[in-house]
Amino acid sequence: MKVLVAIKRVVDANVKVRVKADNSAVELANIKMAINPFCEIAIEEAIRLKEKGHASEVLVVSIGPDTCQEQLRTALALGADRALQIKTDESPEPLAVAKLLKAVVDQEQPGMVILGKQSIDGDNNQTGQMLAALTGMPQGTFASEVAIEGDALQVTREIDGGLQKVSLKLPAVVTTDLRLNEPRYASLPNIMKAKRKPLETQTPEDLGIDISPRLTVLEVTNPPERAAGIKVGSVSELVEKLKNDAGVL
Amino acid sequence: MDFELNEDQIAFADMARAFAQNEFEPHAAEWDQEQTFPVDVLRAAGEMGFCGLYSPEDVGGLGLSRLDASIIFEQLAMGCTSTTAFITIHNMATWMIADFGNEDTRQQWCPELTAGQKLASYCLTEPNAGSDAASLKTTARREGDNYILNGSKIFISGAGSTDVLVVMARTGVDGPKGISAFAVDAKAEGIVYGRKEEKMGWNSQPTRMITFEDVVVPASALLGNEGDGFKIAMKGLDGGRINIATCSIGTAQAALNRAREYMHERKQFGKELANFQALQFKLADMVTELVAARQMVRLAASKLDAGHADKAAYCAMAKRFATDVGFNVADEALQIFGGNGYIKEYPMERYVRDNRVHRILEGTNEIMRVIVARRVLMEDAADLI
Repeated sequence: MKVLVAIKRVVDANVKVRVKADNSAVELANIKMAINPFCEIAIEEAIRLKEKGHASEVLVVSIGPDTCQEQLRTALALGADRALQIKTDESPEPLAVAKLLKAVVDQEQPGMVILGKQSIDGDNNQTGQMLAALTGMPQGTFASEVAIEGDALQVTREIDGGLQKVSLKLPAVVTTDLRLNEPRYASLPNIMKAKRKPLETQTPEDLGIDISPRLTVLEVTNPPERAAGIKVGSVSELVEKLKNDAGVL
Repeated sequence: MDFELNEDQIAFADMARAFAQNEFEPHAAEWDQEQTFPVDVLRAAGEMGFCGLYSPEDVGGLGLSRLDASIIFEQLAMGCTSTTAFITIHNMATWMIADFGNEDTRQQWCPELTAGQKLASYCLTEPNAGSDAASLKTTARREGDNYILNGSKIFISGAGSTDVLVVMARTGVDGPKGISAFAVDAKAEGIVYGRKEEKMGWNSQPTRMITFEDVVVPASALLGNEGDGFKIAMKGLDGGRINIATCSIGTAQAALNRAREYMHERKQFGKELANFQALQFKLADMVTELVAARQMVRLAASKLDAGHADKAAYCAMAKRFATDVGFNVADEALQIFGGNGYIKEYPMERYVRDNRVHRILEGTNEIMRVIVARRVLMEDAADLI
């Protein structure tokens, strides 16, 4: 079975992001970039499936300018077999990404697609679900455990209030939650070997997909600064504040 | 000429940084306090490839350049200076065996050394032979197919917890030409390990004296030929100096990063420290000098990689400059932390303690000046540029 993993290049999780002076976007100049952490978990899961003998090939795909080849190389160093860059200088919205990925699915016919549940930049949490809808594949989102049993995929999902187990028929779409696994490091020898693994490039036009945006970003701003707290003198004052000022009671 | 890291170097550095952030940094304070030698973490580092960076590929090394190694070590040192320093010593000793050992010796030690499953120590300094290393007194007497080792070595990093010792011993005349190098099984009979030294820093690696009492070493364990020892030692130390200079830079960068954050967090007189020009200027000087030191270390590494005729002078200049700058930057970073810098809840005092020894070992900074001055004053020699 071939496993397709979609990954995104995002600002490194350790970087403190800043909004551009003109409030148009987040500042990306000279900022350290990395694989989206949820995508990294997706890569790790695919590699584990291969190590367990369930997957025969791990194909990793990313959509973006040539800089995203850096993240594809990292994925190859982690253990993916080949990489595909869908080259665009645009920043496509989730629906466009899902359409592009559907085109890749049509081309490659994977037995499973694994994605991060969301990227830490846009936090949309839509692409996996949209891809499942477009391809007609069943979906197991927010996975904290994935097991293959015969033709079926058992996915444990993290939902409000607990865990839910679903059984999906393959091929299927899985999106990863934080606790699915702990990604490995790419060893230095594997980083060197990754250079020799195939990395192919296609464009949205090659795939016949229109990625023009449907949304307009009006403004990007910092969250409001947290105001200083206050000390209350008594329980009754606390209750009064919660009722009238905070409005939570 | 290009001053940017290439794609590989970026990937190596990213991975080394992530490894150091997760595997070193959270434990560094505890290793320092408890004087823990983190052998398991060194093994994990070996699995990642950090234990044979510039050893050749036929014995499991990665065959990387010294410049690549410096870029990698710098990231590791940001997580734990002392542990990274040990890894660099291990790399140096492993490279010596791989480069100068005969095939049997290479195959006996190097595959496991490059994998981090076994560890190596380097034994040059003696109680009465420090800066004057060529006056060393440990002897290796030839008897049939063996050499018999007698003498003492001090300040040996990792001693008692490592598997192989690269030992410099006298096989012939007084002075540098009578010295030979050996790869000695650290568990051989007649090797006595002294008590663990109490040190100012570098506490995540044990430092001990080693005494050799009629230790039988097979003749095949000789590295290079008889009399090559001092040359091998100095060749190893050119790279060793880059490594130690690199550890200073990584540590100083970690200290600088902390200081920068602290200047935004800490408020006095109603404003952030970052608003005080005295501290702004201090920080500007720190970062300027650190960048200069880093470039100098990389230049020296590049000279060493290219086999430049003056590589030893460049390595000496880089070691002197970067270890002094690294110490001063760590010290100034501590100063920015004020009283908090002096207490162990923060890593600032550890950065200073760990960086201090870099001005002493791998040749003191005074000896570095001797090397540089000798080269500059050499008559009829080409200019150093």
